[in-house]
Amino acid sequence: MNQAAINPQEPIVPMNKVYRKRLFRHRVGIAMSVLAMSLGLAVLAWILVTLVINGFSALSVNMFTESTPAPGSEGGGLANAIFGTFMIVGLSTLVSTPIGILAGMYLAEYGNENKLAAVTRFVTDIMLSAPSIVIGMFVWAAYVATTNHYSGYAGSIALALIAVPVVVRTTDNMLRLVPSSLLEAAFALGAPRWKVAMTVRLRAVKAGVITGVLLAVARISGETAPLLFTALNNQFFSKDMNGPMANLPVVIYGFAMSPYDNWRELAWGGALLVTFSVLALNIISRTMFSQKIPN
Amino acid sequence: MSADITTTPIPKPEPASQFSTAQATAAEQAAMQSMMRTMRKQRIQDFFFHKTTMLFALSVLLVLLGIIISLMVGAWPAFKEFGPGFITRVEWDPVNDQYGAMIAIVGTLATSGIALLIAFPISFGIALFLTEICPASLRRPLGTAVELLAGVPSIIYGMWGLFVFAPLFGDYVQPFLKSTLGVLPIIGPFFSGPTMGIGILTAALILAVMIIPFISSVMRDVFEIVPAVLKESAYGLGCTRWEVVRKIVLPYTKTGVVGGVMLGLGRALGETMAVTFVIGNANKLSFSLFAAGNSIASTLANEFAESDTVLHTSSLFALALILFVITFIVLSAAKLMLVGMSRKEGLK
Repeated sequence: MNQAAINPQEPIVPMNKVYRKRLFRHRVGIAMSVLAMSLGLAVLAWILVTLVINGFSALSVNMFTESTPAPGSEGGGLANAIFGTFMIVGLSTLVSTPIGILAGMYLAEYGNENKLAAVTRFVTDIMLSAPSIVIGMFVWAAYVATTNHYSGYAGSIALALIAVPVVVRTTDNMLRLVPSSLLEAAFALGAPRWKVAMTVRLRAVKAGVITGVLLAVARISGETAPLLFTALNNQFFSKDMNGPMANLPVVIYGFAMSPYDNWRELAWGGALLVTFSVLALNIISRTMFSQKIPN
Repeated sequence: MSADITTTPIPKPEPASQFSTAQATAAEQAAMQSMMRTMRKQRIQDFFFHKTTMLFALSVLLVLLGIIISLMVGAWPAFKEFGPGFITRVEWDPVNDQYGAMIAIVGTLATSGIALLIAFPISFGIALFLTEICPASLRRPLGTAVELLAGVPSIIYGMWGLFVFAPLFGDYVQPFLKSTLGVLPIIGPFFSGPTMGIGILTAALILAVMIIPFISSVMRDVFEIVPAVLKESAYGLGCTRWEVVRKIVLPYTKTGVVGGVMLGLGRALGETMAVTFVIGNANKLSFSLFAAGNSIASTLANEFAESDTVLHTSSLFALALILFVITFIVLSAAKLMLVGMSRKEGLK
């Protein structure tokens, strides 16, 4: 349809006043559109370049082997925060993946049959964009306040609550793409519904479901707000998920605002690490399984 | 596609010739019985499959219910102390234990509103570029690049905003705005005051960048469902590409575009870390957009961990409840509009 647009080089009608005005509007509109696109790309590039410039000097072996420094002390690294983030994000992925997939299967299998499923689908969509800090406060009230201590588990729960809707949504979308002839073939062989759902339908969109999980991991890896009142922070290396745990986003938040130069440098290093990991996850999941993602 | 197993014709087992009639009937009966057993077993399995997956789907609803109840319980002391007037009270003073939500509500609405005003035209431009102007081979990589803007963690926007963007904004852009827009009669007061770099306007700009990928991706999706016949008819009449977009595509996708904008608004309202970094965290109302302020989310992020009195904690819960209700309404509206749009796609 682009060819159908008027080619300004070869005017079909004489260049009268009205025509010139329309052509001018067209050119301004298109130019603004190109400008908007360049602006978006420029901001992305600006942020990435900022991260590389400020964070590159902090990248060293020490960053991965030493724990966060005490106030005023030299050096230090982010080992405890990196480990904590892995544990918290890992646990919440383990919890949210089966829940999200099963819930997504329910919506795809029985979603068109009753009101309840329609409501669930609606609520899932809303929870996708719900303010994450409110989810953090909910976990604080429901878990931290009742057990009376901050913990890595609480952080995992908060992140899982954010990840589940992402997995539910993608699983539901993917499953609904499976052609019904495939399912009918399985039914015709006498397979019960659960078997068709698990071994035919789900297997057909395995790659798409994995994409959903990866996107969920990418989404929660950089989340700071829900961890502020749940996992809190820990200056030391801790493997105990039942106690406060250091994690990259909260450490970055604390260190970025601090008066110490080495803390701020570590914050930029951590920011570089988090951003590039999250963006890499995004790109991998989008390109590896691109043909399976419905637009 | 629900397979009703009971109506499937049951194949008769092959009667072997060496059996007598009586034996064949017995074998047939045994086969029938074992088949019935299998089917009964499968029915029970299906029942459990249905109920188990339903349980997990319901857990999403339960979480929503849990969030609302726990926020209400947490907010109760504040509403009991200040009454419904808590929402309109212009006071937030942890030292004297006096709280009201108005400052944070205004900050939230102002930052999100301005962010929308800025993000809408840019998102429109990006969606237009990706659907109508961009060469097909660049469509995917450029689309992914814009969506990566949504992947950058909130806290990174905050750091970039505070350490890179705000100083430049305060040194160059704010003085310029002050000397041009600031002298105008009605909108002048909005662009006055000290140019510190951080403040409501800076937060709004960062928010705008953050919601552009969401709005533009929805717009792109709805632009693509416009029937080609409609556009080609307009081109056939001699419309320019701009006129086709402005007068055919945009009116056709109006509902979807508004839905996308609402989705962006919902995102902006609840955005926490980026705003916390750049809004300045001052609990006062000011006409100037250059002044420091506070949004609901940034108040929560700053004060919740340090709140020591029951009333302070409870007031923060009340703020969270207000934020949750506002975003819930906005996102519901967005969702309903987009559902209407996808129905239109079915008519295509």
